[in-house]
Amino acid sequence: MVRFARLRRAGLPYLLLLPALVVEVLVHLVPMVIGVVMSFRELTQFFLGNWGAAPWKGLGNYRVAVDLNAPVGAALLHSFWVTCVFSVLAVGFCWLLGTAAAVFLQENFRGRGLLRAVFLVPYALPVYAAVITWAFLFQRDSGLVNHVLHDQLHLTGDRPFWLLGDNSFVALLVVAVWKTWPFAFLVVMAALQNIPKDLYEAAALDGAGMLRQLWRITLPSLRPVNQVLVLVLFLWTFNDFNTPYVLFGKAAPEAADLLSVHIYQSSFATWNFGTGSAMSVLLLLFLLVVTAGYLLVTSRGRKYADG
Amino acid sequence: MRILRVAPVSALVAVLAAAVSGCGGGSSPGGGGSNDSPTTLTYWASNQGPNVEADKKVLGPELKKFERQTGIKVKLEVIPWPDLLNRILAATTSGQGPDVLNIGNTWSASLQATGALLPWDEKNFAAIGGRDRFAAPALAATGAAGKDPAAVPLYSLTYALYYNKRMFQDAGISKPPATWGELVAAGKKVSKDGKWGLGAEGGQLANNIHQAFVLGKQHGADFFDAAGKPAFTSDGAVAAVKQYVDFMAKDRIIAPGNAEYGQNQSLRDFATGRTAMVLWQAAATTFAADGMKPSDWGVVPVPVPSGRPGAGRQTNSMLAGINVAVFRNTHNLNGARKFVKFLTSDAEQRLLNKTYGAIPPVKAAQRDPAFDRQDTRVLRRTLTRSAAPLPQIPDEAQFETSVGTAIKDLFADAAAGHPVTTASVRARLARAAQQMAK
Repeated sequence: MVRFARLRRAGLPYLLLLPALVVEVLVHLVPMVIGVVMSFRELTQFFLGNWGAAPWKGLGNYRVAVDLNAPVGAALLHSFWVTCVFSVLAVGFCWLLGTAAAVFLQENFRGRGLLRAVFLVPYALPVYAAVITWAFLFQRDSGLVNHVLHDQLHLTGDRPFWLLGDNSFVALLVVAVWKTWPFAFLVVMAALQNIPKDLYEAAALDGAGMLRQLWRITLPSLRPVNQVLVLVLFLWTFNDFNTPYVLFGKAAPEAADLLSVHIYQSSFATWNFGTGSAMSVLLLLFLLVVTAGYLLVTSRGRKYADG
Repeated sequence: MRILRVAPVSALVAVLAAAVSGCGGGSSPGGGGSNDSPTTLTYWASNQGPNVEADKKVLGPELKKFERQTGIKVKLEVIPWPDLLNRILAATTSGQGPDVLNIGNTWSASLQATGALLPWDEKNFAAIGGRDRFAAPALAATGAAGKDPAAVPLYSLTYALYYNKRMFQDAGISKPPATWGELVAAGKKVSKDGKWGLGAEGGQLANNIHQAFVLGKQHGADFFDAAGKPAFTSDGAVAAVKQYVDFMAKDRIIAPGNAEYGQNQSLRDFATGRTAMVLWQAAATTFAADGMKPSDWGVVPVPVPSGRPGAGRQTNSMLAGINVAVFRNTHNLNGARKFVKFLTSDAEQRLLNKTYGAIPPVKAAQRDPAFDRQDTRVLRRTLTRSAAPLPQIPDEAQFETSVGTAIKDLFADAAAGHPVTTASVRARLARAAQQMAK
């Protein structure tokens, strides 16, 4: 009896967790597992109606995806590099802008509340509406960007294309940063409220200027928040589908061919779900490795700092 | 304690297994539908009017009429275009779908390959009055050749050449072009002072395909050989794509900015007098919405080499349109057939096509003044005489994506001032063909 009671007591937490576990499995894990299973099958339009009958392809889909000498693999690798560069730049600018704005708005002045609210607008707008507006701004002949750069400021000799060719990378970066930096701003602003005022006062007494305070107090205090913020920003940017899709449509220019749209194009748009799944699994693995590596490096650094 | 640690893990595995197998059912192969629920039908209609609500207003009274005739209640769902293929694919994989549905006619062969749609054999066609009631080109866009159609034509559309009468007059052009030579000549006369001859949607993959396909026919080239293998780099196909891109690159009658158009900006340019011509399907309502009066524009058939549209090399339009299909797993097979018969009846065809600005694929329904206006007359004649369906192959979507993207990239080259040569066109198309190969 005693043993049973102990078992019951020990089992109770699991029992209480069960509903959440079931829902979590249904919502998160099952689609992932199905995706992984799909990546080993030849799932095309011929087997959609009865996809249990789709033939197993073993690693065939993966071989197509990583065969760098064939067009599919080469295009995937190109898209991967574009996405890496894009993500690093976008996260960097988002963080820089967000932190700078948060630090400046920490000072008390008239209109601060208004400014803070305005800064959050891009984050609050529906993605489609915001990005399609940018798409029109970037139009070569009738867009506002060229009107300002070419017609008003005469900075360019000819009207450049922003949504075609190499410039499309810049356009994509601008829109992505514009859309995401308010999140960095919001998080850093919240973190700043938690830094004790005494630290700054003490530092001021010791003769530390603005920059020194920023370097010695603000940034170190933000460290734990930044660790999470940069990771989240990276994962979002790396996986971003909406921005490139709305900006460029089904076929992005090579210079701005992000992985998410690339995978969409090689699976959904062409009814080749097996290959698409294989590419998605590879993407997942890469992000897992990056995340694990990042957490390992950053938390080790913190331990030393704390110790 | 060991057992306790194992318990949650095994529970997780059990739930996973149950969920995976539960979702993995799909439809039973060869399931032929049933008549379990003879008094109701679910109908997925594509969005044909300005918005979903407008479609409900149009279709609602007609469904009531059908209910009065047959006692079958139709549950209508109008599905916006961005969702429609998604929803159909979801229904296909789960086996849980509507009884009757609309599909874009270019999807016919792909969806046919999934086996989710009821094949229209002689018996099924007999139930709706026979094949002969439909225009042949429309019927050709209902599935792969040599197989029973996967759907029945419902609304049809073709391309025409719209031109701005005033701009033609100002440039001294007396007669709208009937050949490509005349079109280029007219375009060159118009293209100056910020005005341009022809509009294009360089970023719209489907539109690129429609134009290249027709020009391909005129060069005697098909983009697929008889075995269904890609033949993108044949001399005819290369010449066709080059001819289309050359309107911008060599003839300079398309504004370079059109290379990035993808949201029908070319129609707005036409309506506001910036371009003199545009190749489009039933554009009348869009022009009106942009403030252009019907008397300001004229419409003629799309040019062909001989100046006289017909079959084969004188083809001048892809056959666009909507087909209606019956889901194979329907629970009301007889009712579904009755409903398709109703939708393709002469009276409904007249009414629905008139409302939606399309041309009835049912021949008898074409005799109506509504299909004899300046624009609909051209579209109707093209439909019966000189339109051809896009390749009816399961890989059609891949074709649209790969070759459509190749043309988009070529337009981008042309717009940036890079030369577009036979070799560069062939190289792009060769890459597109490699993406198709599996």
